[in-house]
Amino acid sequence: MIAPLIKLPRILPGFLLASLLFLIPSSELRAQDWVRTGSGLNNNPIRLAAADMKPVGNDPQMPELKNVFDATLYGDLSASGVFDMVSKSMAPTVTPGSPQEINLTQWSAAPANASMVALGSINVTGGRITLSGWLVDAKTPGNPPILGKQYGDSASTDNARAIAHRFADDIIAQLTGTRGIAETKIFFVSARSGTKEVWVMDYDGQNQHVVTHGGPSLSPRVSPDNTRLAYSSLGREGWSIRMYSLELGRFVSFPCGVPGGSNFSPAWSADGGKIAFSSSRSGDPEIWTCDASGGNARKLTSFRGPDVSPTWNPKTGGQIAWVSGRTGLPQIYIMDADGGNVTRMTDGGYAISPSWSPNGQFLTFSWNRKYGPGAPGGQDIYVMDIASLRWSQLTHDSGSNDFPTWSPDNRHIVFERAIGGHTSIWTMLADGTDQHQLTRSGKDFMPNWSWK
Amino acid sequence: MSSRTRVLTCLVMLAAVIGFAGCKKKSAAGNTTPPGMNGPTPTAQLTATPNTITAGDQVVLSWRTTDATSVSIDGIGDVPSSGVKTVTPTESTSYHLLARGDGGTADATARVTVNQPQNAVAVPNNMDEGNLTEEQRFKQNVQDIFFDYDSYDVRGDAQATMSKSAAYLAQNPNIKVLIGGYCDERGSNEYNLTLGQSRADSAKKALIQAGVSPDRIRTISYGKEKPFCTESTEECWQQNRRAGFTIDR
Repeated sequence: MIAPLIKLPRILPGFLLASLLFLIPSSELRAQDWVRTGSGLNNNPIRLAAADMKPVGNDPQMPELKNVFDATLYGDLSASGVFDMVSKSMAPTVTPGSPQEINLTQWSAAPANASMVALGSINVTGGRITLSGWLVDAKTPGNPPILGKQYGDSASTDNARAIAHRFADDIIAQLTGTRGIAETKIFFVSARSGTKEVWVMDYDGQNQHVVTHGGPSLSPRVSPDNTRLAYSSLGREGWSIRMYSLELGRFVSFPCGVPGGSNFSPAWSADGGKIAFSSSRSGDPEIWTCDASGGNARKLTSFRGPDVSPTWNPKTGGQIAWVSGRTGLPQIYIMDADGGNVTRMTDGGYAISPSWSPNGQFLTFSWNRKYGPGAPGGQDIYVMDIASLRWSQLTHDSGSNDFPTWSPDNRHIVFERAIGGHTSIWTMLADGTDQHQLTRSGKDFMPNWSWK
Repeated sequence: MSSRTRVLTCLVMLAAVIGFAGCKKKSAAGNTTPPGMNGPTPTAQLTATPNTITAGDQVVLSWRTTDATSVSIDGIGDVPSSGVKTVTPTESTSYHLLARGDGGTADATARVTVNQPQNAVAVPNNMDEGNLTEEQRFKQNVQDIFFDYDSYDVRGDAQATMSKSAAYLAQNPNIKVLIGGYCDERGSNEYNLTLGQSRADSAKKALIQAGVSPDRIRTISYGKEKPFCTESTEECWQQNRRAGFTIDR
């Protein structure tokens, strides 16, 4: 599949437009902006309508649950990056409860012009919520539904939201071949309670709650199977890598993360078998790996200067990208997982916090290309095509941006943005468009997207 | 839109933005000198870092004022219009800063919570005082050293400080040292943590070279997690690019 070129942000708040307009020519002339994401973004997006669900029964909880469901489903499909959504104001105001009840021409005609319609009914009875969801092709009447599925759970707004996420991901998987991100979680660090602790939220910023206690804790990285959380925590003996079981709700042993020196920035290999991290146990901060069970520690780098923030190639497991200050200001490097074939990726400035894309093709990282005392450069999020070293700048003139991480569908990036002393978690599509703020406490840092 | 048209459009927008900014500046200047006042109203900021300590620990007060003709902090007296001062409160204290200017006054408050040491009840008074004195003598003799931007090399101006520290530690062989590595607020948390570690380790190496036994020295990096001050100025950044020494108990 041929992916489109990355385009400049197309959705800009009006008040920013004036200040950004005069920056466009220089950005467009930059040859390096020729990076393809391989994610199918903007590649003939499917025109999709999401009808409001038809309510069945007259349970008093119905209006609230239905509103939550309708808004969540629409939000998930809009955020997916693969649909051209029919806005609610353009859509017919009917609520067909099943494929038998829909008048397709009403949806395929202007102004909706929908190619596909998601529809269904919501039933709340006896404390349970049952959702019958369908996806139909609006352009070819008579075809069987593309998707038809029933979902159920106890009746609560959280479950209404969770069912909408599942239905959305089923629709996205059916139409694109790749599961969506509506059911994924984002782990992050928050100091909103005073101490920096690890928190977790749904991918859309809903449902935020604390995970760890006894910090300060930093650099959370969830395991590929969502069962464990590795992070760095400061205790009396210094910084160690700690391992928290999300299933057991307690710490589990990770002997490799403790001994000597400072230990920072853990990273999981895609098979869940290994952890790479930075440790100064040998006297200088270097990249180490060990088994996820905590044994078999091995040093990969040996060079004076800081080495930190490793990320594995999730496609092959055979390479690690990381940050090294061996030549002065920090730069992004790549090496084989045994420490060989060290290659420098960035050509200057201050480059930090790499994350390797799920398809193996790209790095995203934070870069200040004009860093230095007195220099006016901004810390922005970039994407680099590893094979060609060509890069594209995704954020422009909006605070200081750091800690980008890919979503598992390869189409989104979550990152940290600091503006005027307030730091928040944001997401965007991998071409820099559709930027959304997810947290509002002003003290949220270091996001990490779950693998599924 | 052709690129020429776009450039032209942008130049027009740029001119409009500059013009608008120019207007804004004028009206703002007008507002700061309202009729009947003799000058702009002073502003004041005061921070205490850390804001929770154990008795005997130090707190860095950092303040900044504008348009003030006299500035004072209760309990300290008159101070410069902006500055940094180390204090050692023995009980919880609210530091109150008052800035007086031609256009009025402004004040700022910073609260420091002082926890008593956990063994304070069990230890006789004279011993407690002895600890305090040792702590103070340590602070006088083993002083923090500062680093250049993005560097962890011990600077020339820190050599004398390190020699004095090593001499004091040689005279007090029972004292163990904890070296904390700190960074300024710029750049990534993770990279700064390793940089802070390297700064602490550089200071440790310098002490070892001056004859202090390695098993008396422990290092911890605080990166930019525990700043001494929080302003985005070169003075504050320099304050934060440091290796700090405390007695390791």
